[in-house]
Amino acid sequence: MALSKDDVARIAHLARIEITPEQAAETLAQLNDIFGMIEKMQRVPTDGIEPMSHPLGGSQRLREDAVAVTEADDRERNLRNAPEQNGGLFLVPRVVE
Amino acid sequence: MADLAHASVAELGRLLEAGQVSALELADLFLGRIEAQRDLNAFLDVRPEVTRAQARAADARRAAGERGALLGVPLAHKDIFVTKDWASTAASRMLEGYMSPFDAAVVENLAQAGMVCLGKLNCDEFAMGSSNENSAYGNVLNPWDKDAVPGGSSGGSSAAVAARIAPVATATDTGGSIREPAAFTGITGTKPTYGRPSRWGMIAFASSLDTAGLMTQTAEDCALVFNAMLGYDARDSTSVYRPREDYTRGLNAPLQGLRIGVPKEFFGAGLAPDVEKAVREALKDYEKLGARLVDISLPNAELGIPVYYVVAPAECSSNLSRFDGVRYGHRAKDYTDLIDMMKKSRAEGLGAEPKRRILIGAYVLSHGYYDAYYLKAQKVRRIIADEFQQAFKQCDVIAGPVTTSVAFGFGEKAADPLAMYLADLYTVPGSLAGIPSMSIPCGFGARGRPVGLQLMANYFEEAKMLGVAHQYQLATDWHRRVPGGA
Repeated sequence: MALSKDDVARIAHLARIEITPEQAAETLAQLNDIFGMIEKMQRVPTDGIEPMSHPLGGSQRLREDAVAVTEADDRERNLRNAPEQNGGLFLVPRVVE
Repeated sequence: MADLAHASVAELGRLLEAGQVSALELADLFLGRIEAQRDLNAFLDVRPEVTRAQARAADARRAAGERGALLGVPLAHKDIFVTKDWASTAASRMLEGYMSPFDAAVVENLAQAGMVCLGKLNCDEFAMGSSNENSAYGNVLNPWDKDAVPGGSSGGSSAAVAARIAPVATATDTGGSIREPAAFTGITGTKPTYGRPSRWGMIAFASSLDTAGLMTQTAEDCALVFNAMLGYDARDSTSVYRPREDYTRGLNAPLQGLRIGVPKEFFGAGLAPDVEKAVREALKDYEKLGARLVDISLPNAELGIPVYYVVAPAECSSNLSRFDGVRYGHRAKDYTDLIDMMKKSRAEGLGAEPKRRILIGAYVLSHGYYDAYYLKAQKVRRIIADEFQQAFKQCDVIAGPVTTSVAFGFGEKAADPLAMYLADLYTVPGSLAGIPSMSIPCGFGARGRPVGLQLMANYFEEAKMLGVAHQYQLATDWHRRVPGGA
């Protein structure tokens, strides 16, 4: 099954990556090569096989539902990599008119 | 000082213990070697004053009576582990200059043991690649042959240990990113069982596969450093709850009667003759040492690549969604609104390979394709993992080649993502199963480029596997060979 140019534009939008028409065309060819390779796994019958989401299986470990301190509460350190900040807050373009 | 630079971690620990060298002297020695071999481009961030401060602290701990096999021994970290005192970039423009508020668990554990950090090592961007050509900060050269890639994604780690500019380096393996570069540079590269090392502070790529490990000169060194590095961590939800163990305990186990499984699928048409020759010689050496070779089969191992390129991109598309230009990382200069800001920031900050994998992942997880791709891949993953369990009923460890060829040249596969993906043919199956596996040097192939032997063991049998490697290293000297100039 081959992808179309529209598929590439759609998934690029879903993934929030800007892509030019030229890049989309190049990406389309590469993705179709890769999906051609991926198709090989379809030949194996998998009826009744339980999907493996994690090597060691098992369920997620649960802890007590309480505030756990995993790192120091250091607002300055946590903000210092922010592209834009003001008054201890991360700044983003206006989202509510 | 060349002897000291070529010494193993075990030997350096003994010299420190005997007071014959100080941590500060070792730090200065290796900082000097890093500087002298800048052309390798193995390091992304070196801060000598921080390293020296750590070395002085280690010397002070020893002076105060503390003992430890690793206290004062230098190491370097792959730039996938976040560090407070060095920038953490995952070799991406997206994270240029990023200073983590905390140290990764692995970094913390090794610092606690007194290891002195030399700096951060180059790698493929977000650990995605098999040649280190995907780094945003330039290629790393293979110390054995500067026209050859050092492997990837842990190419800075492999080059640094091979060139003896670091006695040991951390690395990470998602589909082969420790074993393949170790094979390409003639060193020992080891991936423990998935879940043994904490992923806390390891910049995430594919969470059900990402496993921290080591590049070392010897299996013995790996065992020593694993003792300090691995262990349960409540901060990582997939960390395995098991008591700490001594990974050196199997080093002296005799090989007599050991059953080594040799999977016929790893010796197919794709295997280069020079690699096959060196690997077969190594297997013969094992027979001479008392082990027995057993023919085994992993019938669906070759589907590891298709399965991996569904599972890993799916997890990557989710993990890398955090890089949106809001809280940290690159933000585009011109944009119209929030979505446009994110799209442009990601387009500018991420390289071609992470973008490609994010797109594959977004597709296989999207409505209408989830069952056909993601669920199907998880089922075939189970089949591949089960085949290992069948195989381990007939043998104690599995051995075969790590790679289909010796290190390839720069640009040979860079333009063809699919060709690059196939470089991991023999390493991906073990990653999907989550079993421990390693590469040990076993000779040289075309153009004098190193060849690795892959060893794989069942879950939690690192100590046994390291023993099998150590016994080979007692009988051979491939691991002692160093490239010219090192």
